[in-house]
Amino acid sequence: MTSTATTEGAREHARAQAGTIVDAMPVLPARTYAKAPAGVAAELLIWAETVAGGGYTSKVIARGSTIRLTDRDGDACAHVLLYNADQPWERINMADTIKVPWQAYLGTGHPLLSDQGRVLASIVQDTSGTHDALCGTSTRARNEERYGDGSAHGPSPAGRELLLLAAAKHALGPRDIPPGVSFLKGTRVAQDGALLPTGTSTPGAFVELRAELPLVVLIANVPHPLDPRDDYHCTTLEVLAWRGQPTGPGDPLWSSTPELERAFLNTYDYADARGLA
Amino acid sequence: MASPEPAKEATLPPGRVILDEVVPARAPWSAVIEAGQLLSIVDLEGNQAVDTLLYDAHDTSERYSVPDTIVAQGNVYLGEGSVLMSSAGRPLMTIVADDCGRHDTVAGACSKESNTLRYGHHTRHQHACAENFLIEGAKWGLGKRDLVSNINFYMNVPVEQDGTLGVVDGISRPGLTVTLRADRDTLVLVSNCPQMNNPCNGFDPTPIRVVISAGIGGQ
Repeated sequence: MTSTATTEGAREHARAQAGTIVDAMPVLPARTYAKAPAGVAAELLIWAETVAGGGYTSKVIARGSTIRLTDRDGDACAHVLLYNADQPWERINMADTIKVPWQAYLGTGHPLLSDQGRVLASIVQDTSGTHDALCGTSTRARNEERYGDGSAHGPSPAGRELLLLAAAKHALGPRDIPPGVSFLKGTRVAQDGALLPTGTSTPGAFVELRAELPLVVLIANVPHPLDPRDDYHCTTLEVLAWRGQPTGPGDPLWSSTPELERAFLNTYDYADARGLA
Repeated sequence: MASPEPAKEATLPPGRVILDEVVPARAPWSAVIEAGQLLSIVDLEGNQAVDTLLYDAHDTSERYSVPDTIVAQGNVYLGEGSVLMSSAGRPLMTIVADDCGRHDTVAGACSKESNTLRYGHHTRHQHACAENFLIEGAKWGLGKRDLVSNINFYMNVPVEQDGTLGVVDGISRPGLTVTLRADRDTLVLVSNCPQMNNPCNGFDPTPIRVVISAGIGGQ
């Protein structure tokens, strides 16, 4: 008879697994995470998780929180979708995100805009410098063609398959998956319009997003769709978040451009009326 | 602003004409284009942005995808030969003929909300493409969740070396035609762009002509 033939034995066996440490896992409570960023008090942490290449995660976070996405080992790519957690039919709009600031390349100070003329999140720090607002994520069809498989639990999961699962956890479906943003891998546009991948980040490089509204955050860590390599390569992503304040009128970011100032005014107007300011 | 150039004769494909109509300035339009049929869009008076969304007519949760389209062709600009891909990474339509040479698909549609960011809150109550898409989409059971980044036929959005991009003066002329072949039964939503605050319509929205034809071998 095996040790798990009885409920008592099975319970014992299940409980004995607790405390196991693996490379990709959430740490709870987040404040016990051993590697809080310099300058961030550990007790402010609300999210501490590592996501393997080919993995995904999601969380609802408060307005004012800061999320840091770190390319721990130098070959991660965070495909991100953001929704107003208060009304998830308001979501990231990549066209407005590049058109309104007159800038296709993302960096510090760039807003991630919703389809309702508000700032979902602001990029407040960036040591990576290689991100992409154009190419979205990979599909199952494309990964089947490139790697032989694109299913969520196969050897080379497609970003869209993972984001569909992440979305489903928030009762969001295929109609709720717009084009998204990817961090830590970038592209540039040549004069003739050609898309050129800009390669990998460096280990430890990160980008920080400040939530300007309460957010549903979906993250898939998969290769960039224009990754030039024949094989599926993607290393572990570290996701941290901590409590803080949204951008206010005293912050230089608030009035850094006339377009952004009006975007912050719209965001504050919504939050104020909704009792979230 | 009327173009000083004489109107070019529309270059319509051969084959039986199924529908031929003019979409008034600022108005929406939609139709299902069956697999193999052709949709021609004629820029009647020149430099009129035609915001366009595509859906699989039998499963509208599969729809036009900007990223999948530009990744598949490795280029951000659309023109003859561009395959317009779905969110599932499959072809919906193909641009089979194009007089203009370059169309935008990264700058999206105008909305009342984004107009407040781009131009100021005095534009909040002006008509916009997102309104047209909501009105026209509702006829097919589509709503807010179904609006995604779109195609802007005849709109000129250069991306400069440092990433600066913007809507600039158009490169289209009266009579220029773009023709799409449906690779599957495709629901096409059009907003004949009402924007008045940038050069996408030459600051003067004008009518367009849409022609559906049977295509090669079509009856």
